Amino acid sequence: MTYRDMNDEDETLFKPIYQTGKNFYILAAIFSTVFLIGIGLYIRQLVLGLGVTGMNEPVTWAFYIVDFVFFIGISHAGTLISAILRLSKAEWRRPITRMAEVITGIVLAIGGLHPIIDLGRPDRIMHLFERGRLQSPLLWDVTSITAYFTASTIYLYLPLIPDIALLRDRGGKLENLYKILAWGYKGTPEQKHALEKAINILMVMVIPIAVSVHTIIAWIFGMTLQPGWHSTIFGPYFVVGAIYSGIAALLIVMIVFRKAYHFEDYLKEIHFQYLGTLLLIMSLLWTYFTFAEYLTAFYGHEPAEMRVFFYKFNGGYAPFFWLMVFCNFILPVVILSNRRLKKLPGILMASIAVVIGMWLERLIIIIPTLANPRLPYPTGVYIPSLTEISLFAAAVSAFVLGFMGFSKLFPLISIWEIKEGRLQSVHEVSARLREYLPGRHDEKQVEATLKAEI
Amino acid sequence: MPKYGMVIDLNKCTSCQACVTACKLENNVQIVPIEDAINGRAMFWMKMLTMEYDGDYPDIKPKALPRNCMQCDEPPCIKVCPVRATYKRDDGIVAQIYPQCIGCRYCMANCPYTVKVFNWHKTEQPQEIEKSYNPDVSVRPKGVVEKCTFCVHRLQIAQEKAKAEHRGLEPGDYVPACVEVCPVSAILFGDLDDPQSDVSKASRDYRAFGLLEELGTVPKVRYLNAIESEE
Repeated sequence: MTYRDMNDEDETLFKPIYQTGKNFYILAAIFSTVFLIGIGLYIRQLVLGLGVTGMNEPVTWAFYIVDFVFFIGISHAGTLISAILRLSKAEWRRPITRMAEVITGIVLAIGGLHPIIDLGRPDRIMHLFERGRLQSPLLWDVTSITAYFTASTIYLYLPLIPDIALLRDRGGKLENLYKILAWGYKGTPEQKHALEKAINILMVMVIPIAVSVHTIIAWIFGMTLQPGWHSTIFGPYFVVGAIYSGIAALLIVMIVFRKAYHFEDYLKEIHFQYLGTLLLIMSLLWTYFTFAEYLTAFYGHEPAEMRVFFYKFNGGYAPFFWLMVFCNFILPVVILSNRRLKKLPGILMASIAVVIGMWLERLIIIIPTLANPRLPYPTGVYIPSLTEISLFAAAVSAFVLGFMGFSKLFPLISIWEIKEGRLQSVHEVSARLREYLPGRHDEKQVEATLKAEI
Repeated sequence: MPKYGMVIDLNKCTSCQACVTACKLENNVQIVPIEDAINGRAMFWMKMLTMEYDGDYPDIKPKALPRNCMQCDEPPCIKVCPVRATYKRDDGIVAQIYPQCIGCRYCMANCPYTVKVFNWHKTEQPQEIEKSYNPDVSVRPKGVVEKCTFCVHRLQIAQEKAKAEHRGLEPGDYVPACVEVCPVSAILFGDLDDPQSDVSKASRDYRAFGLLEELGTVPKVRYLNAIESEE
């Protein structure tokens, strides 16, 4: 079978690349405008200095760092989930992995830029490389994010190669680009073997890197002496939160593109059900960590710690704190543990709530600690300026634009893996079944039964 | 090598804020517009903190405390700096290198005393101020962190002067501006390692304490607690 014959079966997946509707251009224009406004305001910040933000003396880290932690958290959707699903040989992963990996690539690039936006002297960024101090957690962060970005981009690109080859063989649009990117892939057994091996190595590598990235971001805060930050569980707490927000973001993206590009036949209810269950587990895990974190702080009853604690519980940040509890715990758990509510609209609602809640969580971790210094200072109130809000909007727009752009160049669902699933999954699953079913089973018989069931 | 330290006697301090003003002028600390000051961006290296109130309204006795950089012997700020823009000198002074600072403000987030200030933007200084700039201290550009340096430029000048006069540095040759200006001599300054020096003796006084000492930062600025005389 050649690639040319195989195309027609999954034509829906190719369609977005070759056909572009009017709505696409309208949305692209809107998001580009928001993005360009953000860029303009950033240039203004470069000229005038960080004074254009709302940051002040005790609150020296604010929106930019909140967004940084938030976006890097979202990036855990991708590579980590895709790698874990691949590693555990979950058959239903096939239409999901690509989108997850794209989220990582785009969001990591956006999130990784946020600390630079936050720098007072971005022109001196090279100092980090020329005279960096490896003792500073900030440098660990630079290292791990660069490693994660490299690994996840390659991890996105490798499974893309067979699809690029499919696009190249179709000819027409951007043929030369696909020719270069396909690297002469023809689907020969050796090539396929090499590709699979590379993907296998990468997916094992990418998991510890992903865990390290968010652990280190947590350590930026955990390594300080500040009340509310200096906590041993911060590393795992942040990783759990990151995976949690990542799954939610992945679900939103899947639901949106399913509707926009008519992927209903590929992304079925069951995919959302499974991911929804995963989201529920992460929600409970996150709640457990949050509970453990605050209960120990409360029982220790250190004065400085308690000031931060009460600032969150019934002080200035109480509305945000309780909204976070609602978004991250009450709403998702109610929706996702109820069979009647755990349908697409419910899952979408829970996911949006989780994304908002996780952003609030980062806000609640970062600002109350800084706003309550140990010594009695006259602390001003931190109110984000227009620049900070616009740059957040611009970052979200950049994410949407990146996704839209990607969908016009490459298929959002891994076509070759879908095809491979059709050809091989019954055989693979039956082989696996035979391995763990008690008693001896005939290979042909199990496979035939499975096929009949399907 | 001496280890410079400071002892501030709260019994003597009248909260007149002469040290605050002297420090600001000595070190060319930027004067910010009033809106910025309201928003918590006022820049002081030496600052008066109102610690607590004694007595009931209306007979309140506020306790004030002049607070500069504690010049910690175990400074939390230098641990986290990614580019070595802040470091501890051999004589114990925690110094800043302004041209090195990338403005990430990690040191500010990790300072338990909140002593560091950031140049949020460059504002035009009043003309009179520009004329009275101290030529020995560099004016910081926007986007970098700064803090009290124990007037380290004065140490350099004192050292050069002593060298030109072919003698060693004597106690009293080098004092920061806040010490010099204090009208009631509430601030003692000198070598903590020299057991005979006034500052070293005062630092071992029964009234002596360090601010947030329990954090293990080993501040080299110590205070003598204010104790009411029984009259």
